[in-house]
Amino acid sequence: MYGKKVKLRFLFLTLVLVSIILSVFLILQSLKDNVIYFQSPSEIKSLIEIDKKKIRVGGMVKEQSISINSNEVNFIITDFKNEINVTYSGAVPNLFAEGKGVVAEGFLKDRNYFSATKILAKHDENYMPPEVKEAIGDK
Amino acid sequence: MLANQIGYYSLILGLLFSFLLCVVSIKDFKNNNKKINQNIFILSFLQLSFVIISFLSLILSFINSDFSNETVFNNSHTAKPLFYKISGTWGNHEGSLLLWLLVLTLFIFLFLVKSSNQPKKYRILTLLFQQMIIIGFFLFVLITSNPFNYLFPIPKEGLGLNPILQDPALAIHPPILYLGYVGSSIIFSAALAAVTQNYISKEWAQHIKKWVLVSWVFLSIGIMLGSIWAYYELGWGGFWFWDPVENVSLMPWLTLTALFHCILVLEKRLALTSWVVILSITTFTLSMCGTFLVRSGILNSVHTFANDPARGIFILTFLFILIFLSLGIFFIFHKENNKDLSNFFWLSKETSILINNWFMMYFLSVVLIGTVYPIFLDVVTAEKISVGPPFYHKLIAPFLGPFLLFMALGPKLKWIKSKVEKRNSLIIFFAVSVVLTIFVLKNLTTDLLFYTVLISAAFFLFFTTLNELFVKKLNNISQTIAHFGFSLMILSILFNSILSSEIITNIKLGEKYNFNKIEIFFERIEEKKESNFNSIIGHFKITGENGKVVELKPELRIYDQPTMITSEADIKTTLLEDKFLVMNLVKGGEYFNIRYQVKPFMLLIWFSVLLLSFGGLISIFKKRYEK
Repeated sequence: MYGKKVKLRFLFLTLVLVSIILSVFLILQSLKDNVIYFQSPSEIKSLIEIDKKKIRVGGMVKEQSISINSNEVNFIITDFKNEINVTYSGAVPNLFAEGKGVVAEGFLKDRNYFSATKILAKHDENYMPPEVKEAIGDK
Repeated sequence: MLANQIGYYSLILGLLFSFLLCVVSIKDFKNNNKKINQNIFILSFLQLSFVIISFLSLILSFINSDFSNETVFNNSHTAKPLFYKISGTWGNHEGSLLLWLLVLTLFIFLFLVKSSNQPKKYRILTLLFQQMIIIGFFLFVLITSNPFNYLFPIPKEGLGLNPILQDPALAIHPPILYLGYVGSSIIFSAALAAVTQNYISKEWAQHIKKWVLVSWVFLSIGIMLGSIWAYYELGWGGFWFWDPVENVSLMPWLTLTALFHCILVLEKRLALTSWVVILSITTFTLSMCGTFLVRSGILNSVHTFANDPARGIFILTFLFILIFLSLGIFFIFHKENNKDLSNFFWLSKETSILINNWFMMYFLSVVLIGTVYPIFLDVVTAEKISVGPPFYHKLIAPFLGPFLLFMALGPKLKWIKSKVEKRNSLIIFFAVSVVLTIFVLKNLTTDLLFYTVLISAAFFLFFTTLNELFVKKLNNISQTIAHFGFSLMILSILFNSILSSEIITNIKLGEKYNFNKIEIFFERIEEKKESNFNSIIGHFKITGENGKVVELKPELRIYDQPTMITSEADIKTTLLEDKFLVMNLVKGGEYFNIRYQVKPFMLLIWFSVLLLSFGGLISIFKKRYEK
């Protein structure tokens, strides 16, 4: 038979391996449920099915499109090919303005209406999220 | 102008001293003298001095607003207050790399001075490995990110520093964080040197432990400063967002925590040798990865100063060289030394530390996958995704309960073989924690089971460590304080998340808004002019549920250099809760968007992190780890 030391080693390694496999499985599984996809207004237009999952929409805030009342802010996100109406009630970041890039997180009502739960803050006036840059092409 | 020249040439001299140091130390390595050649100390000191001179001259250029320097031009402005001119030195890419370099050279000099009781060959090898990293950074700075680039014609005015970086917490956040990051470079070099010399021993563990703790303490405080800043400056109403940039600093923290726990096993029992080496390598690799991800522009955030692909490629190449080299050294030289393993029992301090390491590695994999997977997917499929807080909460929270329990029980065990002592008092503490939790939570939350498990585990740790602090002789005070701080942190975070409430609305001047017995009154607006910005201050009167009136004055700052609006939250902090109000202007200026939050125990969260770090600090100055 094997010595105590070898046995212990074997047991230890098995434990380590099993726990690695289990945790990786767990992580990947929950990754599937929790990722948020980014889509441009054009991509949304061409959707076949409206998903119930949370997504992000990005592009430019259309000029003259922001309207505000005491409960909500409405605006239009455009990628200069297609656009989508957004309603939002929540905190607005500093740099949210017409003609600037924006990323909104929330749920699609249909292909033209998006109900946002969060508008993402940016850090810099000149900075544009790479997703947005790509979504509106090289403008 | 002159400062520019001096700074640049000192950098080149510093690099030359690196090569000189390598030559001299290789010669000295072959020499059979017991003592290290004095010249090495002198050279290392000179190298440090030149980097300091270079750094000081950059600061001087910033103070004098010398716009012939490109870095100064890009990141400063004459109207900026002096304090932010100075802190602007490391608030940008080039300057912050110079700071990396400064800390690298400082630490290796301190290492040489402090390690006189260690074998000579080991010290010289550590110096050589460290010089490799230093040379890499010198080249990186000089080739891709020279802080002393010359501009002609000389611009009249600079572009200014991003206003949200003009903040006291953020002025000291980078240096402190870097001390932590770069401290891990010494651990890396020392571990490689020790492996090559087959010197992974109890003595080595005892000596390197201090460095691990120093990095850990700085890293903890650095992360906390960043988090405090995000809390009041970004106005997102939280202190941790699982943002990739935050995650990147958390990862080396996790491996460092694992490392100094299992270094104790190495120090006592000469076990886990390979694991200690692997952790040392991983920690520094993760620190470098952090630098790479943040600096290359892959992660977008305030930290991304410029999107220059050359820089990313340089760091990536450098990183790969270091990883392959260290793994190569590890596999060629490392000899397993585990004669002690046979007397290993399940119920012992070793096992409990292994369990700690298991949890740390699990948390690390969660954070790592959550951070890297979106980048990976983008590269492979061009699909853009993001991984939000629910992912992390879902994966980390269920493991936190058992983690806290082990954290309470582990320190009670003895080395090699142990029995659970004072079983009765532990059971009593546990019962008290559970009852207390159920009593407190009864009416607070809908998710009763989940929070009961977490909070009772945290209370259990809280009471056992508190008991230890008062009852036992203070022979292991550092560990007790650190664990106590951790339990306090988890408790305050959990209660904070249960009890926080917020109101978001759009409000006009003079309006009142009522919600759940809370009244917000927008009284008036005041305008002010400061040296480099104009500010609009809103005066709000908020009547709470208990009828008490609080006046809060959030502020909007309109900077011209560069043009940007920032909002400064107004926070009334008391021991038990923060009242937080931030306002924003939405188009036209008729409506202000406000967010009012009541956040309990914020002060306790910061305090508990300090307590945690304080535990580490005591451990540095303590002579030896007890039994």
